[in-house]
Amino acid sequence: MATDADDRTLRNAKWTPYLLSAPGLITIYLFFVVPLVTLLKIALSERTERGSSKVDFDWVGSNFGRAFTDFGDQLWRALIYAAIATVLCLLMAYPLAYFIAFKSGRWRNLLLGMVMVPFFTSFLLRTIAWQSLFADNGPILGVVEALSLQGVFDTLNITTDGKIMNTPTAVVGGLTYNFLPFALLPIYVSLEKIPTNLFDAASDLYSPFASTFRRVILPMSMPGVFAGTLLTFIPASGDFINAHLLGDANKPVIGYVIQLRFIQGGDFPAAAAISLVLMAIITVMVLLYSKFLGTDDLV
Amino acid sequence: MGGVRFRPGTVVLWIVSMGVFAYLFIPLITIAVFTFNDPTTKFNTQWEGFTFDNWLHPFSEKAFTDALIESIRVAAVACTLATILGSLIALALGRYRMHGSAAINLLLVLPLTTPEIVMGASLFTLFFNLGATRGFATVVIAHTLFCLSFVALTVKARTRGMDWSLEDAAMDLGSPPMRTFWKITFPGVLPGVAGAFLLSLALSIDDYIITSFVAGPTVTFPRKVFDSARVALPAQVHVLATIIMLVAIVIIVASTLTGNRRQKA
Repeated sequence: MATDADDRTLRNAKWTPYLLSAPGLITIYLFFVVPLVTLLKIALSERTERGSSKVDFDWVGSNFGRAFTDFGDQLWRALIYAAIATVLCLLMAYPLAYFIAFKSGRWRNLLLGMVMVPFFTSFLLRTIAWQSLFADNGPILGVVEALSLQGVFDTLNITTDGKIMNTPTAVVGGLTYNFLPFALLPIYVSLEKIPTNLFDAASDLYSPFASTFRRVILPMSMPGVFAGTLLTFIPASGDFINAHLLGDANKPVIGYVIQLRFIQGGDFPAAAAISLVLMAIITVMVLLYSKFLGTDDLV
Repeated sequence: MGGVRFRPGTVVLWIVSMGVFAYLFIPLITIAVFTFNDPTTKFNTQWEGFTFDNWLHPFSEKAFTDALIESIRVAAVACTLATILGSLIALALGRYRMHGSAAINLLLVLPLTTPEIVMGASLFTLFFNLGATRGFATVVIAHTLFCLSFVALTVKARTRGMDWSLEDAAMDLGSPPMRTFWKITFPGVLPGVAGAFLLSLALSIDDYIITSFVAGPTVTFPRKVFDSARVALPAQVHVLATIIMLVAIVIIVASTLTGNRRQKA
């Protein structure tokens, strides 16, 4: 990976780059770094009285323990939903990315543009559309019924008592749908970088396609797969729109609990602590990623 | 290319890809179809009958129309700010050798890899501690922040291949710095900046989670839809969303076409 320092097209100037970047960097500092420090301070604070939002900073570690006992279930649920959705996204995104990169010929740009269209449609409305599709008398259950597969779907826990709405399946289905483009684009970018003459070289040497895929294509597209994993898992783990609109109201995910605690006023320290636990889990993933693969492929 | 010869694998790939494409578009088609629904209940999720009424009176649900206008106001201010601040960072990183450029890159990536819920919660605590009144201004700050990193990184990526020596050439031929900027630098980075601005508009208009933490009494379109989704949702909401989708598609197509023309010229 070429770093900025050894890029020879860059030029030297004493003050200009710092002056150019200062306003933006100060904005990020004031409204990203400072708030995170504030959140950490609140997570280490003690509530002055029950039922009040006032807190005193006191290096209290117990909030983290209380956060786990109070919100452990919701955190775990959100992480599981996000993990399943991420795997499903990768399984669907990879073939489509491969198709667009290598098999779509002159339709490539059009297909790429079409993949972006869901981005420009209201996230909430897309999720609400799944309410219609998952409904008890909706098209998906209609197909299941027509094929007499209700029993099979119930046994596999895909449906619960013949329903999809308000089950984990609906939430995972919504998450998978909403974040699929985030998995697809980085995989596409990494596949597109592979020189196609490598394929010819492999087939000239009588490598069967399966082996070319396993030894050449898959390893070379791994940065995209990892980037896609992060870009899907991160928003999915904090999302509560899908759980709220498609899931069981009695089984909230962590994002919803955090939002309620802050907006309705309440136990700020515990909510701050659990936010930071989520942030820590994700930061570890991101740091591992950037250590091995750099940050260039992430955006 | 490997695809010239017929392989059964290619057929499977075709079928799977078309399936995934269908999956991506079925909800969008559902939204468009339900703009013609004539719901008798408070929700527009079950098909009950065909009508043009919703399209004839798209703005009749005043609360939703107002919320959409509020969203557009927020996006206009926040994305303009984010585009200016972000492009300047991109210019600094893409053009000059800087101390700490790796740290700056990390600082730009972190807001994008932070879950929205954490960003929202942290901004909430900041404004709460400062005793700041939450409303339009705090929403604009939040949106500027999450668009800023995005603009900086995409513009930086687009300016990577730019030939900055053209500026030297212009200066050597006696062009003053401001003229050089407007004639060489600005047109060079414009496509990247415009693309980043459009995508940040989409991010801003669609944001619910961060907004919900900092909005106070300010009601944006996603916030109105979220709060109404389990109470009552008129079909006009689908029409407004479809209008946004159509406008976006027109802009994407138009910008791709002009981009292609510029490349050919």
